[in-house]
Amino acid sequence: MIFEGLAEKLQNTFSKLKSKGKLNEQDVTAAMREVKMALLEADVNFKVVKDFIGRVKERAVGDEVLESLTPGQHVIKIVKDELTRLMGETQSKINFSNKPPTIIMMAGLQGAGKTTTCGKLAKLLKKQGKRPLLVACDVYRPAAISQLEIVGEQVEVPVFSMGDQEKPITIARESIVHAEKNGNDVVIIDTAGRLHIDSDLMNELKEIDEQLHPHEKLLVLDSMTGQDAVNVAKEFNETIEINGVILTKLDGDTRGGAALSIRAVTDKPIKFVGMGEKLDELEAFHPDRMASRILGMGDMLSLIEKAESSFDQKKAKEMEEKLRTQQFTFEDFLEQLEQIRNMGPIGDMLNMLPGVPSKQMKNLNVDEKELNHIQAIIQSMTRDERTNPSIINGSRRKRIAAGSGTSVQQVNKLIKQFEQTRKMMKQFSGSGMDKLKKKGGKFNMPFFG
Amino acid sequence: MLKNLFKQKEEENPEESENARDDEKVTTRQDGEEKPEEAVSLGGLFGRLKEGLTKTKKGITDRVDDLVKSYTKIDEELFEELEEILITADLGVNTTMEIIDQLRDRVKENKATDPKEVKGLLKELLTEALEEVANPTLDLETTPSIIMVVGVNGVGKTTSIGKIAHKLKGEGKKVLLAAGDTFRAGAIEQLKIWGERSGIDVISHQEGSDPAAVIYDAIQAAKSRKVDVLICDTAGRLHNKKNLMNELGKVFKIVRRECEGLSQESLLVLDATTGQNAIQQAKIFKEVTNISGLVLTKLDGTAKGGIVISVSKELKVPVKLIGVGEKLEDLQSFEPKIFVDALFD
Repeated sequence: MIFEGLAEKLQNTFSKLKSKGKLNEQDVTAAMREVKMALLEADVNFKVVKDFIGRVKERAVGDEVLESLTPGQHVIKIVKDELTRLMGETQSKINFSNKPPTIIMMAGLQGAGKTTTCGKLAKLLKKQGKRPLLVACDVYRPAAISQLEIVGEQVEVPVFSMGDQEKPITIARESIVHAEKNGNDVVIIDTAGRLHIDSDLMNELKEIDEQLHPHEKLLVLDSMTGQDAVNVAKEFNETIEINGVILTKLDGDTRGGAALSIRAVTDKPIKFVGMGEKLDELEAFHPDRMASRILGMGDMLSLIEKAESSFDQKKAKEMEEKLRTQQFTFEDFLEQLEQIRNMGPIGDMLNMLPGVPSKQMKNLNVDEKELNHIQAIIQSMTRDERTNPSIINGSRRKRIAAGSGTSVQQVNKLIKQFEQTRKMMKQFSGSGMDKLKKKGGKFNMPFFG
Repeated sequence: MLKNLFKQKEEENPEESENARDDEKVTTRQDGEEKPEEAVSLGGLFGRLKEGLTKTKKGITDRVDDLVKSYTKIDEELFEELEEILITADLGVNTTMEIIDQLRDRVKENKATDPKEVKGLLKELLTEALEEVANPTLDLETTPSIIMVVGVNGVGKTTSIGKIAHKLKGEGKKVLLAAGDTFRAGAIEQLKIWGERSGIDVISHQEGSDPAAVIYDAIQAAKSRKVDVLICDTAGRLHNKKNLMNELGKVFKIVRRECEGLSQESLLVLDATTGQNAIQQAKIFKEVTNISGLVLTKLDGTAKGGIVISVSKELKVPVKLIGVGEKLEDLQSFEPKIFVDALFD
């Protein structure tokens, strides 16, 4: 699948970055090239991509990078942060008028999903205690009115229509009168799908806008839209100055780069997303999720965030020092183990690691119990034993096994693996250490054999 | 590194199949285009297409022209800029790189030294890419023949059916429609209205009923009423919804069983506004329904429709028809040369 291929590709690039201790401008440039391609494949508009890349590059090349997690992870973080920032804040709210009825006008291209979204929005507002009225202003598409009527019935919201012989502006105007009379505090106007370059139909929208001053003008846009999204969003925004966007069909497997494009062009918030054909499948927009989706890196990003907050930088430095001077002890290991466990179940973490194929991960069942055992064994050691494992002789092993409720074999295994690991670690230089420390899951792998 | 990235992708693509070329040879039973009496209205249609594509043309041609003017010799930068232009036209990165690579070769072969020549060569390449799989003819040999129409939500399936039915009826065929979209509110009625406009019967059940049953009934009706072409609407569905695709698979199983030996077309409707996801759509719909052709809709907007080149190239499925407006007549057979000419002239 496109999606998987892309995620893999990005992860490859970033793992290349990760294996390097420090990041120079060339590395960033190389990574940005891949990010650029990723964004383009996700249908982000070309110009938007260019601007974006420029901004990220500026931020990434600099001293900020050096102080962070690993350089590669930091670059990803910058990319995601910038993307999330561009996506705007969570603003899944409708502007209600102080003087009801609040008028909401929906507009967009043909087939974007306006009528369905009208129904979804009506249902949502009804749940919030409003009394919405749906208005059928699509007098062009065959059966559009009856579609809205059926949708209205399904969500138990009244539908106002005057057939397909009246002008949309007339229907809209009459609907306000109807709403006032019947105590509907929100009016949702469904308009016909139209091309943004169809001046007659665009003027029709403008007419409704100028005469009725809708409080909320929402552009409904198909999330699968390609490069043209910028033209569509721009034209609609220039004609009726939209208040926000509803992104539809996001339950598909599109990367949804159009979201970024329209944000960049209109600077208007994406208020809701359509997540299915059922009428309650309208959800709040989450900028960070959208950013992850467009980047195609999924949970890797949340792992970075977790790692960042869980690891104490100072302690990590001390640990590195110890390792370098071969002073790494069971005491330190216990501490690390606890830090890692603070991040959540190990299985979850491994799943979030890049480059680890999820298929393989399904078979690999990390036994949390085994971690408990390891912890118990170490805790059953005396301070001397922990700092100087070589003194642990046969009788000490017996005692430790009894104290931790494990067997001597288990104690032996742990000690053996610990020695092996310590030996292995000596071989790593500073940058290698960084990698081991920060990738908690991998650090501990030798112990699970 | 950019280069390597694309190289890798290219290798994944299987070799060209010969089918498309073979098909081309039998593209003699043309509908409309070759009949002189229809040439006028076709001119109108062509005009309409051109009108719609003017913006597209502006998009691509102006930029190519600007570009060509701004370069005095053919260098890497020129190719890079051309890449960008094609990507902006929704051709997708793979196709773009392929075409640019071919363009490089061709520039060498032709010993082109003038950047202006590049435009002509690029146009040539784009046309060739489309012609490779081109076959605008619908296989409607038997009576009845059956056309299944599938696609994701909102691409214009029902509207396209209305137009195809109108076109076939205009050619003197007896047409029947099947309202296989039993899911979306108002879909059955929408098809009925299109049917009424062209005076064509519609076989329908109630909303929410089993689509396979409707199609089955329609096939039986088509046989007993001796209609020439049965066109079946299906509900829009996102290709990543397993259960909905299975449902479609079931419908197709019935069609294959009931229409053995009959001409069958399975048309995937694609929205020209759609970006790279169209490739994914085409791939999965092809797996489930063995699509025989594409219908590209909404070409009257500013969307470049470049995705057609990628889809037909990657999947070896020809574009058969294009939608250029909301009226009954706004449907055209796809002609690669006209399409590319309209982009560049």
